[in-house]
Amino acid sequence: MKIHEYQAKAILSKYGVAVPRGMMVESREAAERAAKDLLSAGATGVVVKAQIHAGGRGKGGGVKLAKSYGEAAELAGKILGMQLVTHQTGPEGKKVRRLLIEETLPIASELYLGIVLDRTVARPVFMASRAGGMEIEEVAAKDPDAIIKEHIDPAIGFQPFQARKIAFRLGLKPEFISPAVKFMLALYKAYEEIDASLFEINPFITTTDGRVFALDAKVNIDDNALYRHPDIKELRDITEEDPLEVEASKYNLNYIKLDGNVGCMVNGAGLAMATMDIIKFAGGEPANFLDVGGGAHAEQVTHAFEILLADKNVKAVLINIFGGILRVDILANGVVEAARKTNIQLPVVLRLEGTNVDKGREILLASGMNLIVAHTMKDAAEKVVAAAAGR
Amino acid sequence: MSILVDQNTRLIVQGLTGREGSYHAKACADYGTKVVGGVTPGKGGTVHEGWPVFNTVAEAVREGAANATVIFVPPPFAADAILEAVDAGLPLIVCITEGIPARDMVSVWRYLQGSASRLIGPNCPGIISPGKCKIGIMPANIHRPGRIGVVSRSGTLTYEAVHQISQLGMGQTTALGIGGDPIIGTSFVDALALFNADPDTEAIVMIGEIGGTAEETAAEYIKAHVQKPVVSFIAGQTAPPGRRMGHAGAIISGGRGTAEEKFKALESAGVHIVKSPALLGETLVEALGAKS
Repeated sequence: MKIHEYQAKAILSKYGVAVPRGMMVESREAAERAAKDLLSAGATGVVVKAQIHAGGRGKGGGVKLAKSYGEAAELAGKILGMQLVTHQTGPEGKKVRRLLIEETLPIASELYLGIVLDRTVARPVFMASRAGGMEIEEVAAKDPDAIIKEHIDPAIGFQPFQARKIAFRLGLKPEFISPAVKFMLALYKAYEEIDASLFEINPFITTTDGRVFALDAKVNIDDNALYRHPDIKELRDITEEDPLEVEASKYNLNYIKLDGNVGCMVNGAGLAMATMDIIKFAGGEPANFLDVGGGAHAEQVTHAFEILLADKNVKAVLINIFGGILRVDILANGVVEAARKTNIQLPVVLRLEGTNVDKGREILLASGMNLIVAHTMKDAAEKVVAAAAGR
Repeated sequence: MSILVDQNTRLIVQGLTGREGSYHAKACADYGTKVVGGVTPGKGGTVHEGWPVFNTVAEAVREGAANATVIFVPPPFAADAILEAVDAGLPLIVCITEGIPARDMVSVWRYLQGSASRLIGPNCPGIISPGKCKIGIMPANIHRPGRIGVVSRSGTLTYEAVHQISQLGMGQTTALGIGGDPIIGTSFVDALALFNADPDTEAIVMIGEIGGTAEETAAEYIKAHVQKPVVSFIAGQTAPPGRRMGHAGAIISGGRGTAEEKFKALESAGVHIVKSPALLGETLVEALGAKS
């Protein structure tokens, strides 16, 4: 799960990670008040930062500096409500609904800190680089040695000596070593305790007056661990997500909307991806990824079908089910139920295999739906692509 | 022969008295797997579906002379169940549970190092040596005894591959799903090494997916060590970056982990790559033909 920068900073702050003073606002007026408060508390300037779940906000025009509260208000008015386009949002951009108004700080140096799971060794890895503000992937591509890495042994956790190693290798001046070590230890504690899957502090800054801060903060949480963090679960912002994906998540369905016109319903994530691939091979474009899961029941399948059809781009549907735990007859009942409810007119191509397949086929063929039966994945893909093209 | 499981496997079921555990224990036993008991803390001393239930894994192992366990325990308790099985010294642990937090698996992985146990999974369909032993949730009837080793990160896509192989009149020595999570106990390399050493396995089908670098590591291993033909498909050629495609491990992040990179690595290792999942079986036939 992704959370906003202001939410991430609030969490980090609880763990003793230094962040700039600031406030989340949702209107021009509140932005003005926040800026006024910060300036009267001694800030020499403020920064207005668009809060969306995507990187590259600065380049897209979503982060601006202001010297006065009037200027901050004006900028807030411009940024709130805009469709912010970055390299991560896609061409349509994302609507800005919230801003973070923050004090500016006298930056001495900009560095990078990150924590992520290193799958190859099954341990978290602390990463750091002197190239703050740059994408870590770019740094990794240009000069892999510029990235400092410290793996964390779960038996002992992240140790002060490791933080010191990083601090010295970053070339920090002596007066920054101790605050940086404290910062990194607090950061790791937060990472571990909230079950994060990614931390990026980019940039991590030192200031001319001898302090260190997380100037930006990107925090992703492990979805599988949300059950033990009900407070963090509350931070989910569904306005950042596709409405159909939000609807699907209510029924524990794995749905991701794509741009094509062939809707697919599949059981199992691997088979669902393979089905998307084979549609492309047959000359079509998948409209979605949809995994109904292994333990799906009829009601869930009905919801899945409704969500699929709510995408108006869908011109034909491919149902590719390999019944293991999910019995094909159960799926068939769900599909028929959904077809009745949605009064579907679109062609549906069926490719069914596995447990109770004959019973499942019978149920579907007796339903009176516009069905095309296929026997292999290739056959199914060709038939559904033809149907979507009106052939 | 086969790898990891056969007629000598004696299985216990952790979470036997739950709905899933109960259902699949029966299905595995019906297939011929020697199920010798189950573990549900607090229900020790009772009998479930004819099997003795124990409070601890250690007891179940002692009483039933078990050498394998399958775990159907909900995610919050699954890591603990694996740790208990490692502690009891079970050589083979198959964890079906989906949705275990990564932090829990980091600890589990650490605990497995230097232990006597091999973990398959989590978030996997299990392992089957057709005609001998089935541990997991796969539909039994699509499998046939034969000479192809199948290893995959996915569940239903494994069934698809197995089905294609069986339809062409061939069969499997062993088919296993290693799981779709970022941290798993048995890697492609582990499975490849076992299949490579198994005299009855003539060729290997390896099914990967986007995310991570397990396929690239496997390619290096194949190049250096595997003499048998390997046929491989990678799911997710059309997946958008930055999105988790169902499996926690299936995500293209920072431009890494794409299907394209993986195909390239495998091709340069001499693997017969399959771009369309429909052609797995046919490509396997070609690969075997080229060999003989």
